Amino acid sequence: MSLITDLLRPEMAFLRYALLVGALSSVALGIVGTMVVTRRISSLAGAASHAALGGIGAALFLQQLALPGLSPMVGAVVGAVSAALVVGTVNLCAREREDTIINVVWALWMSIGLLFLNWTRGYVDWQGYLFGNILLLTRTEVYMMIGLDVLILAPTLLFYNNILSMSFDWTFAELRGVRVKLIYFTLLVLTALAIVLLINVVGIILVIALLTLPAATAGCFTRHLWSMMVLATVLSCLFVVAGLLGSYWFNLPSGPAIVVLASMVYLFGLGFNAWRKRC
Amino acid sequence: MASPSQTIVELSHVSFGYESGVPALEDVTFRIERGRSGCIVGPNGGGKSTLMRLLLGLLTPQQGEIRVFGRAPVAARPLIGYMPQYHQLDAAFPVTVFEVVLMGRMRRGFWGRYTAADREAARGALREMGIPELAPRRFSELSGGQRQRVLIARALACEPELLLLDEPTANIDPGAEEQFYGTLDVLRRRMTVLTVSHDLGFVNREIDLVICVNRRVTVHEAAAFSAETANEVYHHQVNLIKHDHACFCNCEHRRSEPLTPEEMEAGK
Repeated sequence: MSLITDLLRPEMAFLRYALLVGALSSVALGIVGTMVVTRRISSLAGAASHAALGGIGAALFLQQLALPGLSPMVGAVVGAVSAALVVGTVNLCAREREDTIINVVWALWMSIGLLFLNWTRGYVDWQGYLFGNILLLTRTEVYMMIGLDVLILAPTLLFYNNILSMSFDWTFAELRGVRVKLIYFTLLVLTALAIVLLINVVGIILVIALLTLPAATAGCFTRHLWSMMVLATVLSCLFVVAGLLGSYWFNLPSGPAIVVLASMVYLFGLGFNAWRKRC
Repeated sequence: MASPSQTIVELSHVSFGYESGVPALEDVTFRIERGRSGCIVGPNGGGKSTLMRLLLGLLTPQQGEIRVFGRAPVAARPLIGYMPQYHQLDAAFPVTVFEVVLMGRMRRGFWGRYTAADREAARGALREMGIPELAPRRFSELSGGQRQRVLIARALACEPELLLLDEPTANIDPGAEEQFYGTLDVLRRRMTVLTVSHDLGFVNREIDLVICVNRRVTVHEAAAFSAETANEVYHHQVNLIKHDHACFCNCEHRRSEPLTPEEMEAGK
């Protein structure tokens, strides 16, 4: 009961926004996470999330130098999307040394960001980007999250069957005339956008865990791609909300609380699956 | 759909090499007429998969020309049903058998919606493969033989005139293999079936052509492809009993030797 009265107090707006953005982000997490897990591009998502820091660093530097209105978010989008496109192209074209190139992009973009941050005068709270600042969210982030959900839901609902066949059997889909590359790169851009917004919730370090754990857990219990997306969305919502409330009650950092909870449920899911197969 | 010619597949002086520089296929010339079925055999790394990918338009030859149904391979794709090896697919992917077979109904300009006719065609393909009861099962739960049948059903759902099967008997148990040969005999009456196999057991079956691929390609009439012919072609004792792997060694061995008359004939 004390939680509800706490939530209703005017000075608790930060917690209301955190819960709202967390719940809204679960749609993006569930759908994009399912695609990342089934297409096995979690290393690409990792590169994109770390590359966001490169863009943030560059944006903060330019902000001070010439463009005072430039938001770090714009830099994050440019960094993440460019990294996703580079890695995605490498994924398609180069069969060799794919993992090396992913790691190079990952480290290079991030290092560039840290260099720019070093050149930026004054104090920069870059730890906020690494670990998230969910308790500093405002109405703007709520609207951006709603926008992202729509941006991800619309193509998924419209082109579900094309996405399914592209993810399951790329060659066959291409032979049947599906525009696999267009769908693939659209998914990459959406993944990068989702990652940038989710960095607000848990930060660069933990965003991949939050993206993949609910989807991987859902994969243990579902037989369709769509039901995996739905279950992953529900699980994401539960993890984020429960993790936030837990961190509030027990005075813990929210990002790690969410990820520890999600990991425990995932391990349970794996165990359940192994047990079911033996019976 | 009337095809412009009776020639299903025609290759003239086709060469293809990967970036490494070593040609995978050299000066390949052959044709397959309507109503004839063939088995593409040869050693691993000899160019079987390359030949298949060329026929599907997934690779473009550096030299020569390929026509499938008288068109460029990419334009002929709607008429081709393709079955990949099932272990190339993600074993953990959440998808049901029915959803997999429905994928055969996709076509150019497809906007992501299947019609009632598409569903009926998919059910028909499952019935034809004798596995309608598998429709609601998760693809990853099936045995190797069952997955192979599902992937053939998906290829049949395309309503193809040319069926390309990649190593259909690899990694399946002997019972399923026997059943598969039976299915193939039925399908051959309706469409051109090209099977890629490293397994010469196919040669014993009722097929018309044996297409030997080892950088160069020679085509033999199956009826004439007796042990004696094989010996003549390969200069070695070849035993045409099922699962005979001696042929591959011979194929490898032959690389350094001059062309045989058959090769010259088929290659020129």
